[in-house]
Amino acid sequence: MKKIFSQCGEFMIFLGAVAGAVPELFRRRTRRWREFFYYAELCGFQSLPIVIMLCFLMGVVLGIQGAIQMRKVGTEIFMVDLIGFSVLKELGPLMVAIIATGRAGSAFAAEIGTMKVNEELSALRTMGSDPAGFLVLPKLCAMVISLPLLSVCGDAAGILGGMCVGVSVLEIPVAAYWLRTVDVLNIAALTGGLVKSAVYAILITLAGCYCGFTSSGDAQGVGRGATRAVVMSIFLVVISDAVMTLLFSFIGW
Amino acid sequence: MDVPQKNIIPAVEVRDLAIGYGDRIVLEKLNFTIDPGEVVCIMGGSGCGKSTLLKHIIGLYQPLKGDIFIRGESMVNAAGERKKALMRSLGVTYQGGALFGWMSVAENVEFPLREYTELTAAERRERVQEKLALVGLEKFGSFMPAELSGGMCKRAGLARALALEPDLLFFDEPSAGLDPLSSAGLDKLILDLRERTGATIVVVTHELDSVFTIGDRALMLDRERRTLVADGKPAELIKEYAGSWVGDFLSRNGTANR
Ligand SMILES: Nc1ncnc2c1ncn2[C@@H]1O[C@H](COP(=O)(O)OP(=O)(O)OP(=O)(O)O)[C@@H](O)[C@H]1O
Ligand SMILES: [Mg+2]
Repeated sequence: MKKIFSQCGEFMIFLGAVAGAVPELFRRRTRRWREFFYYAELCGFQSLPIVIMLCFLMGVVLGIQGAIQMRKVGTEIFMVDLIGFSVLKELGPLMVAIIATGRAGSAFAAEIGTMKVNEELSALRTMGSDPAGFLVLPKLCAMVISLPLLSVCGDAAGILGGMCVGVSVLEIPVAAYWLRTVDVLNIAALTGGLVKSAVYAILITLAGCYCGFTSSGDAQGVGRGATRAVVMSIFLVVISDAVMTLLFSFIGW
Repeated sequence: MDVPQKNIIPAVEVRDLAIGYGDRIVLEKLNFTIDPGEVVCIMGGSGCGKSTLLKHIIGLYQPLKGDIFIRGESMVNAAGERKKALMRSLGVTYQGGALFGWMSVAENVEFPLREYTELTAAERRERVQEKLALVGLEKFGSFMPAELSGGMCKRAGLARALALEPDLLFFDEPSAGLDPLSSAGLDKLILDLRERTGATIVVVTHELDSVFTIGDRALMLDRERRTLVADGKPAELIKEYAGSWVGDFLSRNGTANR
């Protein structure tokens, strides 16, 4: 219990350091485009194929499960609503978050942990740089921008997957499926999902970097830090999902 | 030299310092000053706290007790931007080089210049080339740190520490892992540096040869007594402490590894 408290304290200090470094984003010299693009490519662009594939498959699976239930009551067309809303509001952002946790979160922890082992963190500090700003902010910006974009792609792939099932199994005409999709889905559902994925991006990055900074400074510590980052990210993502879903239900997103 | 020079501000002054990790004291009751332009070697057995002492002096850790003054300004009480500026004014190399893995060697050396100077790209490139040549790595600027040997990483780290041309330099075992020739070259480099720039240089080292070549002074740390046990000219320390482990250590007799 005491350990949990001291960890929370540490995490708060870390958050403070990151927040304190935010003004760096508004200074020309410390705006780090190079790192930003590096991470945007790593976490965003390179994840695109796997995101599209997994979200498509998820749409298919959801479509099949939905089709079975819908056929029982003869309301096949509502399958469109089921797929559309669950993909847009939940599954798209969640799938992207899980992929990002595995790809980016653990990589951040390992990267920073290795820097700690090599005394690069000390070197940064003696050069008067702020590791929190230098190492966290570019990752944070890259993630906050790329995860929502990935979610949009994942959403499209998921809906497409559902459509494949609807058209082939339930024999809904493509045009009807499409019209219904455009008809029922609204911007609010999309926005809600995108806001969620931006929040996931922040949590995954912070958890990854935090676990890197607090890793024990030896080779095993790097591995443990990466594992811890994954567990912590998934935990935070699920908790925040619950909280946000509750909040959004009040404002009708 | 014996005339008291009150008006000179010491480059480094350590007062009643106690350092350690958590509640474990590694070294205590440390008192010494380092004058501008001196080359001082810190020596002692492995694990006696040489690196720890260095990291405290350069402001990475807060000491348990006591104070550290850099050019008369307290490192312990400095905070915020002031502390950053104070830390930045020191050149530091680490035992393993501590190069940034995602940047090439040249970019590593350029990093402090890009961050803290108004030099143009061409001026920076020139300065980088100059510093790399100084450590004998002029052909390796485009290499990534992972493609260098351990000794080369160290030398690249040295070039990076020199980039901003600080007047106060701290080297943690710069010659460990280098062959005797490069290690002698490093000694020459250190003497050159002092000659040309008048920089104050603090070196943690195990190499007795270099202590006698470059060291104006040697500070001996004792692991058992957890403090500074000898401070003076290396050649004089041998005589003064003949018979004790300090003398043995310096003259390489017997079980010097304490
Ligand atoms: N991060 C740390 N946390 C806790 N204890 C540490 C840490 N780093 C070093 N120590 C301890 O402090 C003592 C001094 O270590 P230090 O690295 O300063 O030795 P050293 O004199 O530089 O040795 P070497 O010549 O091998 O480099 C050691 O006994 C070590 O166990
Ligand atoms: Mg050491």
